[in-house]
Amino acid sequence: MSTLKMDLSSYKDLLKQYIETQNEQALYRAEQFSKHSIQQNISPDEIVDVHVQALSELYPDIPDNIMNSMNFLLETMISYGLAYQEYQALREKQYELQSEISVAANMQDTLLSTTKPNLEGLDIGVTSHPAKQMSGDYYHFVQDQKGSVGIAVADVIGKGIPAALCMSMIKYSMDSFPDEQMYPSSILEGMNWVVERNVDPSMFITMFYGLYDQASNHFYYSSAGHEPGFYYSAKNDEFSEIEAKGLVLGVDRSATYKQYETLVETGDMIVLLTDGVTECRAGERFIERDEISDVIHQYKHLPAQEITEQVYQHFERLQDFQLRDDFTMVIIRRDV
Amino acid sequence: MDFQSCVNIKKEWDIVGARQLGRDIAKKIGFGTVDQARIATAISELARNIYLYAGTGKVCFEAIEDINERGLRIVAMDEGPGIRDVSQVMEDGFSTSGGLGAGLPGVKRLMDDFDVISRQGEGTEVRVVKWLR
Repeated sequence: MSTLKMDLSSYKDLLKQYIETQNEQALYRAEQFSKHSIQQNISPDEIVDVHVQALSELYPDIPDNIMNSMNFLLETMISYGLAYQEYQALREKQYELQSEISVAANMQDTLLSTTKPNLEGLDIGVTSHPAKQMSGDYYHFVQDQKGSVGIAVADVIGKGIPAALCMSMIKYSMDSFPDEQMYPSSILEGMNWVVERNVDPSMFITMFYGLYDQASNHFYYSSAGHEPGFYYSAKNDEFSEIEAKGLVLGVDRSATYKQYETLVETGDMIVLLTDGVTECRAGERFIERDEISDVIHQYKHLPAQEITEQVYQHFERLQDFQLRDDFTMVIIRRDV
Repeated sequence: MDFQSCVNIKKEWDIVGARQLGRDIAKKIGFGTVDQARIATAISELARNIYLYAGTGKVCFEAIEDINERGLRIVAMDEGPGIRDVSQVMEDGFSTSGGLGAGLPGVKRLMDDFDVISRQGEGTEVRVVKWLR
């Protein structure tokens, strides 16, 4: 209130200047005055009050009916003033929420962090970007002494905070498995059991688990309803879909997961992804899966990490830099 | 507590009566036009809550005159169903009247002191004060 009282005389001068000259300069200063008032959290009814006071000081002989009409105007502004104050309180609350979410997003980053294995003869690249601040995508690497690498890629249907909370649970369950490598089918069966017991039936989680055995160059994998990845055969210079059937996690406690196996030859690539990649949209149109393999093909001479980044940048640009869903892509290439 | 001035709220028209009496007292105490308008709006909200949710009740006014301070106390009382979750009702944006009513958070903003006591099945009492500055 004190700032406003201080401003009353300046408002009065401003009003007087405008009434006498009706020039643009006074109107510009009026604009400055209202911006300043907004900064000071002054509500519309107070502005009207200042106006009424200024008017009665400038024109002491102002007719009663005009003054009464001004008071009437003031009365109608009270509720606007309240709405304005509510808006400001809600805006502050929104800032608070945003900063809480960014703290949570940092925690999620720490929590879900996984180290990309650095192995002789195996080139691994990974790129993961959340659509909102927090991600519902999950990927994780497990490495053992014998040179085998386990790769988990999971996707919670949905995004934002609920999906992120769900993902944290997946992370802890994965951590509870023993360190020595387990086969993909048993991992998914274990995860299915955990998810069925702990997650609301309205939430669905898809997961792909692959185990790359460097000794034999065999890739073992199972899928729980997860978006199919791609297999690139260097010999034929051709992409094919990694087909694997399996029920989404958490639907049926007794679900079993079929395990597939393939021999990986030199130069071959395994591409794992989430549906945030395949459900990219160019305008109104969903992209075709072929477009993804085409883009990968275009960059296949690059290291795996750079390929994933190039693919991400390609589809990010295609969607006008606004991701609709969390985007995760993992590429594993046998180099030697 | 003994109030000299109360308005019974039974029908919508009584809201106007409560506003009128409250404004007259506020004017007598010495409140300016903005504060008068704010007090009247707060009375509207309180009286409308009684009319909408409790059916009947009353709004009472008391001029406060201390050595140091002067002000207006308004107490709205009803024997309605009570408020189940006061904290929720005090949240911005909760108002059940579709966002147009200022609700109790609005009343709190319009006045200086605010207190509400509600017992389920027994009724609600909202006590507010506006101080003259």
